[in-house]
Amino acid sequence: MSVKSTAPRRTTRGSAAKRRSGEPGLVQLLTPQGERVEHDEYAVDLTPEELRGLYRDMVLTRRFDGEAVTLQRQGELGLWASLLGQEAAQIGSGRATRPDDYVFPTYREHGVAWTRDVDPLNLLGMFRGVNHGGWDPNENNFHLYTIVIGSQTLHATGYAMGVAKDGAESAVLAYFGDGASSQGDVAEAFTFAAVYNAPVVFFCQNNQWAISEPTEKQSRVPIYQRAAGFGFPGVRVDGNDVLAVLAVTRAALEHARSGQGPMLVEAFTYRMGAHTTTDDPTRYRSEDERSEWAAKDPIARLRAYLDREGLADEDFYAGVDTESDALAKRVREGVRTMPNPGPMAMFEHVYADGSALVDEERAQYAAYAASFEDAETGGNPGQGH
Amino acid sequence: MTQTMAVAKALNESLRKALESDPKVLVMGEDVGKLGGVFRITDGLHKDFGEGRVIDTPLAESGIVGTAIGLALRGYRPVAEIQFDGFVFPAYDQIVTQLAKMHARALGKIKLPIVIRIPYGGGIGAVEHHSESPESLFAHVPGLKVVSPSNASDAYWMLQQAIECDDPVIFFEPKRRYWDKGEVDVEAVPGDLHRAVVVQQGTDVTLAAYGPMVKVCLEAAAAAANEGRSLEVVDLRSLSPIDFDTIQASVQKTRRLVVVHEAPVFYGAGAEIAARITERCFYHLEAPVLRVGGFHAPYPPARLEDEYLPGLDRVLDAVDRALAF
Repeated sequence: MSVKSTAPRRTTRGSAAKRRSGEPGLVQLLTPQGERVEHDEYAVDLTPEELRGLYRDMVLTRRFDGEAVTLQRQGELGLWASLLGQEAAQIGSGRATRPDDYVFPTYREHGVAWTRDVDPLNLLGMFRGVNHGGWDPNENNFHLYTIVIGSQTLHATGYAMGVAKDGAESAVLAYFGDGASSQGDVAEAFTFAAVYNAPVVFFCQNNQWAISEPTEKQSRVPIYQRAAGFGFPGVRVDGNDVLAVLAVTRAALEHARSGQGPMLVEAFTYRMGAHTTTDDPTRYRSEDERSEWAAKDPIARLRAYLDREGLADEDFYAGVDTESDALAKRVREGVRTMPNPGPMAMFEHVYADGSALVDEERAQYAAYAASFEDAETGGNPGQGH
Repeated sequence: MTQTMAVAKALNESLRKALESDPKVLVMGEDVGKLGGVFRITDGLHKDFGEGRVIDTPLAESGIVGTAIGLALRGYRPVAEIQFDGFVFPAYDQIVTQLAKMHARALGKIKLPIVIRIPYGGGIGAVEHHSESPESLFAHVPGLKVVSPSNASDAYWMLQQAIECDDPVIFFEPKRRYWDKGEVDVEAVPGDLHRAVVVQQGTDVTLAAYGPMVKVCLEAAAAAANEGRSLEVVDLRSLSPIDFDTIQASVQKTRRLVVVHEAPVFYGAGAEIAARITERCFYHLEAPVLRVGGFHAPYPPARLEDEYLPGLDRVLDAVDRALAF
């Protein structure tokens, strides 16, 4: 696996290019070349096993994600939102959480879901079109995917307000993206979190592109700096450096848990794939830019570090590959055999306490559907229209 | 134990009872704390239950509803106040996109027991955005329940029931009736939250109304009685679901129906009722279902609201037209 020693600097966009290069204040513990560096404020000290665990997490997540893209191309999924390139941002932050913490994802947090022990097949139901999510958020303290961007930051804040009321020592982790940073709900979430000193960490994966719009279309300041205006700390971390993301997110969650209120983490990363499988990024961004970020690949850089330090051998890598194949196989089979819901399912769970209106429409539709069954079995074919 | 109290006081007592009986109940909204709300519905609650349970929020309606959702996910039962009808729209996305759908999105695995109280309707001489009736915009949304009391007793009991309900309930309070007094039996056993009630028996025409218009319809029935006409008045109480059985039974008796609301007639609750009752009572009806309500125009300046709002005469005019068929 080759790693470029230096990435070409982009000069075509002037000041915008400078902002997008990641400076200033980027927390980094592992260079793109896989060299370990120290930071004044943030540190991690991981065992070789933990380091290998992060590598395994990222590889399996990438394999799962790639399998989902393939399944979409094969018509098994209607849509998929790939996380390619964001594995470190998601595994690093997800692995920073404790079981009692609560996570509010967007719709792209497949890696975070992995760290919360959410069955990957649960994530695929909505993309196959058999449900809109459907897993129990309280089973793994991992809320349902939220498609309307930014909405979940308010839910996370309210949840964190409840955590504080309960006197619990848990934290809440709210994911959002650079595009969502423009949403009013995100600003309101920052306001509420600050005013009530809620134990919530806002984790922005700035992957540089909100579908076709670059971050310059969302903000004139680096996103992490917005926190200052709301009265809480913000930090920018190299989102392709799993060690730095882990260190920064751990510190931010501890900040929240210890009663110091919210924090904003901006993970500076890159969406290597399309926004979703319906998107065509060649229409709005250059191959040069993608190549530049390919040289900062989160998995390659951790592997370079593991190899340099002699922390993993070929058996380990082969084992991860075998596990990846097994995961992909399980996902493939699981998706292909995922049952379609019955037509009456659409009337279920509209209300917790029921509704006479739903009952009436359900009964009417059931009778209508049954009229076809009657026709097929030879009864009353002339009835109905 | 029956007490005489205004609608506003009944709501206040209802919130007090809910806060006392369930430690998970929270009251939240703009100015609901020390001030007691701009209509004083939360008067005294902040003092007695503290700021941990009666929460003054930032002035951000989407934030109020969005954080209420999070609190509900944590096990709380938030009762959120939106200060005025016309201020609910910043929260509309959270209500429609998240609150209404989250239970279904989770295939029933989570519940959203949230009440959103909204003072609504006109008749108080207010400036723009303070007199609107947006109830249809919520009743149209699957996943929400929508109710509106018309009197003190219902204000007390329906709010209790809305808070106890495991579904999101949009609770429309008829603000111009806040100061109307009525009898409240705080030890009664309340009926179904979503059941309509015949509040005036009659034989010639059915008037169906809810919230602030129930009083107008009762006055219309009294005036009509002087002219020898017997009007039946149905207080719908619930707009989602609607108790069509009670309306149907009334219409099968009177054979004529006039629906009255402050909200614009176009796509309003009256349209839905007209369609469903026509289906159910086609052979009983002696006249088309008629509607009396607001016009397809922005709520007018206060000096014109008496012309805009359905009053006694417009209701009786519709009664005349129904009887003339």
